Amino acid sequence: MLELQKLEKTYPDGTRAVRGIDLAVADGEFIVLLGPSGCGKTTTLRMVAGLEIATGGRILMGDKDVTALRPSQRDVGMVFQFYALYPHMTVRQNIAFPLECVGAPDIDERVSAVMARTGVDKLAALHPRHLSGGDQQRVSLARAMVRQPQLYLFDEPLGTIDADQRLALREFIRSQQLETKVTTLYVTHDQEEAMSLADRIVVMNGGLIEQVGPPADVYDRPASLFVANFVGSPGMNLIPKDGAMLGIRPEFVRVDPQGPIAGRVVLDEYLGAWRNVHVQTESGRIVLRADANERLRGDVRLSLDPAHLRTFGTDGRAL
Amino acid sequence: MRIRGLTKTFDSITALDGVDLDVGDDELLVVLGATGAGKTTLLRCIAGLEAPDAGTIEMQRDITRLAPAERDVALVFQNFSLYPRWSVRRNLEFPLRAPGRHLGEDEIQKRVDGAAELLRITPLLDRPATCLSGGEMQRVAIGRAIVRRPKIFLMDEPLTNLDAKLRESLRVELVQLRRELKTPMIFVTHDQAEALSTADRIVVLSRGRVLQSGTPEEIYRRPKTPEVARQLGQPAINLLNRNGKIMGVRPEDIAIDGGEKEGVVKVVEDMGPTQTLLVEWEGAEVHIVAPKTVSVKPGDRIRPRVNDHNVIMF
Repeated sequence: MLELQKLEKTYPDGTRAVRGIDLAVADGEFIVLLGPSGCGKTTTLRMVAGLEIATGGRILMGDKDVTALRPSQRDVGMVFQFYALYPHMTVRQNIAFPLECVGAPDIDERVSAVMARTGVDKLAALHPRHLSGGDQQRVSLARAMVRQPQLYLFDEPLGTIDADQRLALREFIRSQQLETKVTTLYVTHDQEEAMSLADRIVVMNGGLIEQVGPPADVYDRPASLFVANFVGSPGMNLIPKDGAMLGIRPEFVRVDPQGPIAGRVVLDEYLGAWRNVHVQTESGRIVLRADANERLRGDVRLSLDPAHLRTFGTDGRAL
Repeated sequence: MRIRGLTKTFDSITALDGVDLDVGDDELLVVLGATGAGKTTLLRCIAGLEAPDAGTIEMQRDITRLAPAERDVALVFQNFSLYPRWSVRRNLEFPLRAPGRHLGEDEIQKRVDGAAELLRITPLLDRPATCLSGGEMQRVAIGRAIVRRPKIFLMDEPLTNLDAKLRESLRVELVQLRRELKTPMIFVTHDQAEALSTADRIVVLSRGRVLQSGTPEEIYRRPKTPEVARQLGQPAINLLNRNGKIMGVRPEDIAIDGGEKEGVVKVVEDMGPTQTLLVEWEGAEVHIVAPKTVSVKPGDRIRPRVNDHNVIMF
């Protein structure tokens, strides 16, 4: 459905934002581009949208090469971090706008249908300034959906949404996408969002793709040290051993009086449903996930669950 | 710090509605609340950037009507406001060279070097502020507050504009930093991991009023109202109707078997260490956080069992 081939973006000042990436997205798939600021994920999305021009490689949608097409010729619906609604138009007028631009037939019916499906019909007559951030973003989504594009593009749509509305909006985006089965490319730096939304996660770093895979794969079997640390909150513990690096998730570190690793508790973070206990050891700091009622203090011994150890070579790739 | 009856209205909107608050000598107080709860207005009143309509703010003396510069408080915003062309060192020195501060050059250098060491930004001191990453800039912004040795730190979502990953590591640093500073801090955030893990005490604000104040565990485990209960926990607490009352159950306090009534699993999200289920159960949609060791998929019929010990009745 969507294919990126050796896609590149180099800015006039020489910055190489995206350095030749390949990605094939299946019809109806929900793909999340995940990575820190400056990893190239937003630039990639903007090239697919046509808001940035690729300096190398190709973008295919279906069988069509869209690399050089204008945004309006690409049949994509985009939702931004900032809602970008027209302030002088009502909710209904905002949603109808993309259809009016192209002189589409049956505008009223289509707008009513999409408003009912997204649950914003009650807001029809209001102006954006009277809506909460979450509702504005729902309206943006309805506007992106009304043209029934081939592809949805989301650029950190929950970035500015209050924490208490974020989960509901996340579930809303996912349910709408499952219902319409429109192929989706979604950019975020929040790995929890990525885990919960994606069919497959694309982890990016320094303009390159580090790993592509379903959330469980990326979490359980990170392909590189970068992914091991970036995915997970906190990331994998990394323990040097014989020139290589051992990786283990905090939930697979056990307090064990007979354990081989000695350390001292230096920080105990209460997080409601659990605790992150930071233990300083000879091989660096190890964080373990403990029960919320479990108080650990002073000297402790730790063991690592061998079934969940991962080894990384000197090149930073998993062995 | 002692605040009594603090009230502030803007046109027709009541931002603060009789807030009482005490902050202990080296306490870290987290103020939690939705957008519009009054969190930022509270900090701005304490800093002297807004004049309250009524109420008092005392820090050893009554400071309610003092100018910002006379209050000895340091405010750190979510937007790092550094002078871009200046070096990090000059940015840090700036508050110490303000008119009215008569510090010797030795003292200024001592404080700047001390703060830089504490924040681990010593190697950056001679760089211009424009050449810093977001995390480094925010550390410098905090450093600029530290050099002043204020009587209290006011932090307005200082980590909010940073990447999730960076926020996580700065959160840990902040807790350790605080142990060394021994100065009270009021920290406004809407990030619950930040609130729970850094606070000595959490104050929940809503529509300008204090709903509850307590340790993180008290607020999480014994919220007084459903509104407080919903402030913490991800996914949020389940609120279920039971004989005309509201029963609050945290998603991690429901087991997926052993109960009487059957429910249907609608969504399963792999969250890494755990999985989150959305289950239709007894006429409601319920979130359950289950260990990864159990295998469950959408469409499965399960018999959820509530851990009665941890239930909260409203």
